[in-house]
Amino acid sequence: MRSVSVDLNHDASLLIDIPDALCERDKVKFTVHTKTTLSSFQKPEFSVPRQHEDFIWLHDTLVETEDYAGLIIPPAPPKPDFESPREKMHKLGEGEATMTKDEYTKMKQELEAEYLAVFKKTVQVHEVFLQRLSSHPTLSKDRNFQIFLEYDQDLSVRRKNAKEMFGGFFKNMVKSADEVLISGIKEVDDFFEQEKTFLLDYYSKIKDSTAKAEKMTRAHKNIADDYIHVSATLNSLSADDSTANKNRYLSSSVSLQKVEGRVASDQELKLTELLRYYMRDIQAAKDLLYRRARALADYENSNKALDKARLKSKDIPQAEEHQQHCLQKFDKLSESGKKELTSFKGRRVVAFRKNLIEMAELEIKHAKVSSTLQPTCVRLFVYS
Amino acid sequence: MADTARDPPPAHTDFQELEDGEDLFLEPAVIQESGPASLPAEDISANSNGPKQDSLFDDDPEDLFAEATEEVSLDSPEREVLLSDGPSPAITPITPPTSVITPRIGLAHDDMFTHSSFDEIEEEEGGDSFDMHISVSDPEKVGDGMNAYMAYKVTTKTSMSLFKTDEFSVKRRFSDFLGLHSKLASKYLHIGYIVPPAPEKSIVGMTKVKVGKEDQSSNEFVEKRRSALERYLMRTVKHPILLKDPDVLQFLESSELPRAVSTQALSSAGLLRMVNKAADAVNKMTIKMNESDAWFEEKQQHFENLDVQLRKLHASVESLVCHRKELSVNTAQFAKSAAMLGNSEDHTALSRALSQLAEVEEKIDQLHQDQANADFYLFSELLGDYVRLITAVKGVFDHRMKTWQKWQDSQLLLQKKREAEAKLQFTNKPDKLQQAKDEIKELEGKVQQGERDFEQISKTIRKEVSRFEKERVKDFKMIIIKYLESLVQTQQQLIKYWDAFLPEAKAIS
Repeated sequence: MRSVSVDLNHDASLLIDIPDALCERDKVKFTVHTKTTLSSFQKPEFSVPRQHEDFIWLHDTLVETEDYAGLIIPPAPPKPDFESPREKMHKLGEGEATMTKDEYTKMKQELEAEYLAVFKKTVQVHEVFLQRLSSHPTLSKDRNFQIFLEYDQDLSVRRKNAKEMFGGFFKNMVKSADEVLISGIKEVDDFFEQEKTFLLDYYSKIKDSTAKAEKMTRAHKNIADDYIHVSATLNSLSADDSTANKNRYLSSSVSLQKVEGRVASDQELKLTELLRYYMRDIQAAKDLLYRRARALADYENSNKALDKARLKSKDIPQAEEHQQHCLQKFDKLSESGKKELTSFKGRRVVAFRKNLIEMAELEIKHAKVSSTLQPTCVRLFVYS
Repeated sequence: MADTARDPPPAHTDFQELEDGEDLFLEPAVIQESGPASLPAEDISANSNGPKQDSLFDDDPEDLFAEATEEVSLDSPEREVLLSDGPSPAITPITPPTSVITPRIGLAHDDMFTHSSFDEIEEEEGGDSFDMHISVSDPEKVGDGMNAYMAYKVTTKTSMSLFKTDEFSVKRRFSDFLGLHSKLASKYLHIGYIVPPAPEKSIVGMTKVKVGKEDQSSNEFVEKRRSALERYLMRTVKHPILLKDPDVLQFLESSELPRAVSTQALSSAGLLRMVNKAADAVNKMTIKMNESDAWFEEKQQHFENLDVQLRKLHASVESLVCHRKELSVNTAQFAKSAAMLGNSEDHTALSRALSQLAEVEEKIDQLHQDQANADFYLFSELLGDYVRLITAVKGVFDHRMKTWQKWQDSQLLLQKKREAEAKLQFTNKPDKLQQAKDEIKELEGKVQQGERDFEQISKTIRKEVSRFEKERVKDFKMIIIKYLESLVQTQQQLIKYWDAFLPEAKAIS
């Protein structure tokens, strides 16, 4: 179930999905499956095993490819994070002695569900990354992308290229310098001026919203856990009472707990994941702006260099050539940047709409379920 | 014990059975006038002071270690006979009439009367059905600084003939409630009545109020206390015996009440209480009672289990309350953040939708807040009350043990005296012999009394426990129903809010 992006996988010439993944301790092994009609590939259908680091490598190489400077590179999928459920599992193991068997089993089930949810999420987010690439007219043709999909050996050899590692570090350093650059540069184009203001502001807001949504989801999960404990204790209490009482307690407590748990996970999926994804996507859009701003700065510098050369009457043709080159680069960036940013906005609006609708519908569904379940319990109690 | 034959079969305490409470006491009632006059405030029994004096420092040893870590919440069901003030003759316990007068000569006939006299109090209740409602309201701060206190209005609405008017109210402060409880505890605990414990003191909470901090937490504290006091009074008056106690009546009716000074935490009375509790804990460990009645053993085990379960449940529910409050806060924060996001969004329809989302979340936050309050006041406080009540119940069982111990002690003493007397027979000391004979006579009386006391307390406990369990089931049922209903309401509100939001989301184009 794809939650955050609009359906991407509809171009039959290149269909990618991750049908399978294996979780081994810390590492997740994804099975990337490709079906294609393009002749650039050796086979029409094939699968390769890939690790998270391979995705990162692919992302970074794309970012550093000059030709793609005018494109929004889809954000890299975040590292699979099993820390939270693992910590909880650990605590559960420690506290096993203090719980009844029933309670322990329920907690374990909840945790296993959480593990599964994290797992599904990470598969999905890696899949979406590849699918965005495959549906992009330019990026889908990238050589490294093809290697990623096809190369049936371990990619780690390529990854461990020291230069690439250094390159990544360098890129990050430059980026922070660009933050200053981008806000200081005099913008000539209204469109970009607007986009810049908007994106910078929006980014900080969405980052904040993501954090708050995460806190909300966590509180919901805590409540669901509490209900497990409450229902377990109610059950052992009712063990003393007659069977009629027992059933009542049981059904009411189960209903309480299930609903809270579902609400928590659905909210997470629709709202929090949405915000998270778009936060990263906006960062990618910002990166585009940085690159363009850098190109503009280069162009302005080349102008200055040309004037200086003209003054000194030295190296004029090189300076002219350099200036032309910078201008071309800048224009190309601006043109493709405009296209990318416009389609980005469209994409964003559609995704928000879809997810907000789905979230509202799910909330209604859950509330309806529990508002019918609970009166049943109430009736059971009243007519005891 | 002959009494056990008389007792209704409560051995298998299935609550279903006890629904027919009235049937338990189908004995011919001795005709006595109903109304407060029939309750002998004056006690004609010879032994009233005896057991009382000895069991002076009876307390809840269970509580000792639980409370040792709290510096000041010392109050729990206990009595300080010498230290309580107030008009009621604290020395005279109100025992069921006639039961102690008739010497037990093993006549079944007498047992019938013993039974019936208590029965008709029950039946009186049946006739004059329990129609009483007490509310505690209007907390008002009186005075300033560290001497300030909260005065609460206690309003009683009733149609019972026990009272002079239908509706009346008085002003009381917290220490008045504690004073009432300590008087009741001193009169009834040691003979086996489960006296509901008073709400706990809280130095921190009160200090905030005294200092005059008008903030959320001190308001919550006052509300929590008000609600607890109300529940305490209702529980107390629901007890048929306690309802008729003159202290209770005075508490509810009279406009002026002498200040209960001995309830102060840091008074000498408080220290004395602590010392007594320690002594009791030690004593309890050394009493090894031969339990001849399986019912008691079973019940004690049952209450032990209940205690553990309730404490656990209480802890879980408190955690639930805490998390739900957290959820409410987080939701409010998210709402603000979403509103800002909506402002910053340049696509108009999406911007509007996000603002709507922010509003929905804000309303939901309030919903969570209300739900947390329901969680707390309905569920959590009830559980807290019952944890304390169970402690009182366990205390009553302990008193029974102590009564048995006393009986055994006097028996042993009698034995010794008899042996001594036998020896004295062979010596030529007529006055010593006479003295010994006198002492033996006295001790024989004591032994008989001890046995009677023990059987009385056992009987009382059986009744009290069955009453308690009935009340417990009723209470829990009512609260759970209320709680589930509050959840249903919350869910229905949620449906309304999200239903309103959905078209906004769909309107994004």
